[in-house]
Amino acid sequence: MSGARLELDGIGKSFRGLRAVHNVSFDVPAGAINALIGPNGAGKTTIFNVIAGVYRPDAGSVRLDGRPISGLRPDRVCDAGVGRTFQIVKPFKGLSVLENVTVGALHRRPALADARAYAADILMQLGLHDRRNQAAESLTLPDRKRLEVARALATEPKLLLLDEVMAGLRPTEIDVMVTFLQELNRRTGLTILLIEHVMRAVMALAAHIVVVSYGEKIAEGTPAEIARHQAVLDVYLGEPEPA
Amino acid sequence: MSLLARLTDGVPARSLWGLGLLLVLLLVAPALLGKYGLSVLILVLYFAYVGQAWNIMMGFAGQLSLGHALYAGVGGYIAAGLFFHYGIGPWAGVFVAVLAASVAGSIVGYLGFRFSLAGVYFALLTIAFSEFTRIAFDHWGWVGGSGGLFLKVDATVDIPNLRGGPLLFYYVILALAVGAFVVCRVLLESRLGRYWLAIREDPEAAQAVGVPVLRCKMIAVVISAAMTSLAGVWNAFYYNNLFPETAFAMGRSIEFTLAPIIGGLGTLFGPIVGAVVLTGLGEIFTDLSELFHVSGLKQIFYGLALLVIVMYRPAGVWPWLAERLGFAEKRR
Repeated sequence: MSGARLELDGIGKSFRGLRAVHNVSFDVPAGAINALIGPNGAGKTTIFNVIAGVYRPDAGSVRLDGRPISGLRPDRVCDAGVGRTFQIVKPFKGLSVLENVTVGALHRRPALADARAYAADILMQLGLHDRRNQAAESLTLPDRKRLEVARALATEPKLLLLDEVMAGLRPTEIDVMVTFLQELNRRTGLTILLIEHVMRAVMALAAHIVVVSYGEKIAEGTPAEIARHQAVLDVYLGEPEPA
Repeated sequence: MSLLARLTDGVPARSLWGLGLLLVLLLVAPALLGKYGLSVLILVLYFAYVGQAWNIMMGFAGQLSLGHALYAGVGGYIAAGLFFHYGIGPWAGVFVAVLAASVAGSIVGYLGFRFSLAGVYFALLTIAFSEFTRIAFDHWGWVGGSGGLFLKVDATVDIPNLRGGPLLFYYVILALAVGAFVVCRVLLESRLGRYWLAIREDPEAAQAVGVPVLRCKMIAVVISAAMTSLAGVWNAFYYNNLFPETAFAMGRSIEFTLAPIIGGLGTLFGPIVGAVVLTGLGEIFTDLSELFHVSGLKQIFYGLALLVIVMYRPAGVWPWLAERLGFAEKRR
């Protein structure tokens, strides 16, 4: 497993005339952890859905390691090496935790026994192994978020899209997830792009941040640059408290 | 691993012994049962078999079909028509029947799945196809139109042409039911089976982890339609008559769904247990109807049984029973 480079070039997407995303371009270098932030309704999830093949962009292109993937079906995008989580978690509710992740693992391991062993290994890494025989619907929200990550990882992606996996987690749980992602990235070189409102996690993880507002990119840079960027402070982060 | 080893992998010995005993009992049952008992057991196996076929679509892949009579009807009519007009026996006609039902299934499936009709809307589409096939057959001379198609009743045993008494039909439907059980078990324990379950639970999430949703659903509908058409062929030669009014009846489609719903959707034993419960109790109510000269008691019972199950055991009788008997099979 190694990381892939993601390139977005002039992405546009409208819904019945409502412009959700307009002319957004940015790159995520292979092996990097980058973040996509912005106010609610800025178009972050739409951008994810364009990358993941849920929406075909009206304009622009998405490339993974130079290969165009925009317009492919979601399962084909998964073939190409993109794993994603859903902001509103989508576990296979009636299946056990292990079976949930096994479905993801079957993608590259057609034999059920192999897939199950691989899935068990991933559950171990994410601390869900003790719950493997529980039905997914019985998990708490933080565990469901972890299950989303486990299932996406089981497809052995080269690029992992994480849509607000920290939301609803306690600070200690956030730290555990941050450490896990850093470790995963360091060990495998997996490229990660995350949408996140939890600044504590963004600042700890991301080498580079892209900020969107009203469907357009308004800034990008290192965490330190973004934290000082006037436009970002105006629309999203807010002014620092006066000293 | 050999097929047998794969089939029995992870199944407790106790369950295997139980299954073996059940199979032996079913094999010798005709010697133990009278004519009436055998006819009831034949019905049980018939509903277990079609229930198994329907369960692939609804219980595994989560696609609600309320028009499965279409596949049984098309299969039955084609095999019977070939035999009636050209003397082509069902041993050959069955291939044409399966092919035709698979094509019908592909058309319904493609229209529904390609245009993302889900749930009730897909169910309505399946009903519509079954209904207009009924109307078409009403006016199609080759199949006898609304007047029906009749096969000569002939007691001489001729196995390849499915001519013979109840005993022959008993063993044929038993073989089909056992085969369907094995096929379903193999399918469920495969990548395709797991993909179906994922689609049933959440198609969008399934697609995101690489499941080719449309293709998997199409395979489900084709397998289910093909299996159902075999039941139609068997049924046509068992009863020797076919009418569009009954072959494609809405009520028939509903009947196919009852055993798996009552027994337990998405389980391997659900359709079997459901068929036993339904047919067993259904026969009792038919007898009561005759005794008291009140018709329709069976239908009322079917309605009540469904109501009770949906209210108190929505997962079906089998998961509840299995837990009490100490067997492990859960709804997956």
